[in-house]
Amino acid sequence: MKMEEVDIGTTTEPLLKVEDLAVEFHVSGTVQRALQGVSLTLQRGRTLGLVGESGCGKSVTSLSIMRLLPQPPGHYAGGRIVLEGRDLLSMPERDMRVLRGGRIGMIFQEPMTSLNPVYTCGEQIVESLTVHSGLSSKAAMDRAVELLDLVGLPSPKERAHDYPHQLSGGQRQRVMIALALANDPDLLIADEPTTALDVTIQAQILDLMTDLRERTGAAVLLVTHDLGVVAQTCDDVVVMYAGGVVEQAPTKALFADPQHPYTIGLMAAVPRIDTTVDRLSTIAGSVPPPWVKIDGCRFASRCPLADDRCRSAVPPLREIGPDHAVACWRAPIEETTV
Amino acid sequence: MTAMLEVRGLTKHFPVRRGLLRRVVGHVQAVNDVSFDVNEGETLAIVGESGCGKSTIGRTVLRLVEATDGSVRLDGEQILNLSTDAMRDMRRKLQIIFQDPFGSLNPRMTVAETLAEPLLLHGLATPDTVDDKVTELLRTCGLSRFHAQRYPHEFSGGQRQRVGIARALATRPRLIVCDEPVSALDVSVQAQIVNLLQDLQAQFGIGYIFISHDLAVVRHIAARVAVIYLGRIVEEATAEALFAAPRHPYTLSLIAAAPRPDPTIRDGTEPVQGDAPSALAPPSGCAFHPRCPMAQEVCRTERPELRALGATRVACHFAEEVVPETVAIQTTPTAPSLQRRLDVLQSAALKKQSAT
Repeated sequence: MKMEEVDIGTTTEPLLKVEDLAVEFHVSGTVQRALQGVSLTLQRGRTLGLVGESGCGKSVTSLSIMRLLPQPPGHYAGGRIVLEGRDLLSMPERDMRVLRGGRIGMIFQEPMTSLNPVYTCGEQIVESLTVHSGLSSKAAMDRAVELLDLVGLPSPKERAHDYPHQLSGGQRQRVMIALALANDPDLLIADEPTTALDVTIQAQILDLMTDLRERTGAAVLLVTHDLGVVAQTCDDVVVMYAGGVVEQAPTKALFADPQHPYTIGLMAAVPRIDTTVDRLSTIAGSVPPPWVKIDGCRFASRCPLADDRCRSAVPPLREIGPDHAVACWRAPIEETTV
Repeated sequence: MTAMLEVRGLTKHFPVRRGLLRRVVGHVQAVNDVSFDVNEGETLAIVGESGCGKSTIGRTVLRLVEATDGSVRLDGEQILNLSTDAMRDMRRKLQIIFQDPFGSLNPRMTVAETLAEPLLLHGLATPDTVDDKVTELLRTCGLSRFHAQRYPHEFSGGQRQRVGIARALATRPRLIVCDEPVSALDVSVQAQIVNLLQDLQAQFGIGYIFISHDLAVVRHIAARVAVIYLGRIVEEATAEALFAAPRHPYTLSLIAAAPRPDPTIRDGTEPVQGDAPSALAPPSGCAFHPRCPMAQEVCRTERPELRALGATRVACHFAEEVVPETVAIQTTPTAPSLQRRLDVLQSAALKKQSAT
């Protein structure tokens, strides 16, 4: 919190601020800590990547921001989510419903399961437009076709009358994006939007998202496991591990100068299409399960640099460079660290 | 010299049935005239996008799906017309690893039971020796004998894939078809499994057909690569040649589309347009022509044959004119600070290891 209150001159009030968010799941008498002390800031017109492996809490974070976490078993155990000065966690569900699909647009991994199979693509966009923007159904249909055209769907007028199953995976994702953009959202949350797509289609969709962000000025929260996608599309990155933020930085700084042992391990483990190595580097061990209570750093059990302090005290996220923060007692790691 | 596995003219058409009488109304041309070799201890990668037929190729080679036409020889022996009994013996030499080991392991069998079954069935162990053999297999695959009495659901994704590999390895196969074996895994686990597959190949001289959509993994693991588009090989080359000088416009667009994990390389090239066509009604001429930026009249009318161009085989009328943009084939060194810090972590890990 302290970090964010420091005014760096030109910065204005951020669009979205998540502060010290904690989420628990209460499952058959046990408490599973899905998120602990997650903080992040998203400025208008920027793309923030939320990256990490399965179970790190990236999707729980994005679902929390949309207040779509199933409760129970989910439970907000602390913290705040502030969108333009308003705390979403204390907002009545009715207001939240106005925000979702309105100020907040959402894109999910599998459009086949998030689009309604019994309505045409056009009808689904029309519904969103009439509910949120109060357009007449005639005007809304015109706008829907306009939106489908904007997202690069060929012959949008005809496609508006197609059902989701009549479209290819890439086309469905374009419809999903059109739906998310329908009411000119300020915030677009995209949870693994290209993971289910082929690589040539992924390239098309990522290009489209970058292009639309520039045109609409919406801020994007991009949840992904793919460091390649982050490098190619995000301005800033938050790296998550086992329910907490381990590092955050502008994308270029993160890739040029990774600080957290987990970030370093992750980057080195990715096979690259543009270079060859004899053997892939791995991270020993596995992620601790969420029901295990850990006093110190959650990465300590897998970290070759872990010492007694790492095992007993949680490392705070501290600034190590311009806008670059890391939650590691041992950073910066240099030859002398060992 | 003949290769360990010789596949010639492999073709698989699935009939499409419609209506009350289930009449055959057409054929999905899943695999068309595919030929390749796999040598002992070598990895051939088969890459392509969803629906291109790459998995069907793997399954047809193993006769999990019966081929429509073609020939598959392992060590000179034709396997497509073997009797059921003879094929059962042959299966000892031909194994498969699936993308989702959870779907391919019996949830009601312990790992020990799963691994013991093929050993006993093929006479590779007796009831007295089977426990030791199972333990040995688990160790080879990076698990311990404590895992033997557990059920598949008790394992993480990476461990489950290790069990899947141990099961395939049990019969000492000559060839393993690896069908997207690391696609469902997180990168840190993916790296462990890729390393394991490479170690096993070095140790036992197994040939792999590595089916994948991920070109980065393929570049790392494969000696040779065959690129499939709509059921046909459009390019085949050594991994080195394919990534340094792709000859088919489709190969080039696949390489260019893979997002580089490096924000300093953002190429501004337009991704290839459109979707892959349906195998039910493939386009005339070259199947890639509707999406190809280089397509000309001849591409619409005449299907290009797979032909030799240097050491590469390519099916494109204009392969000589494919000039990759430098960004697509540029090699980038690891960021210096990443390498430096990785070295520190690795030497710390070594120190820790020697201390215990």
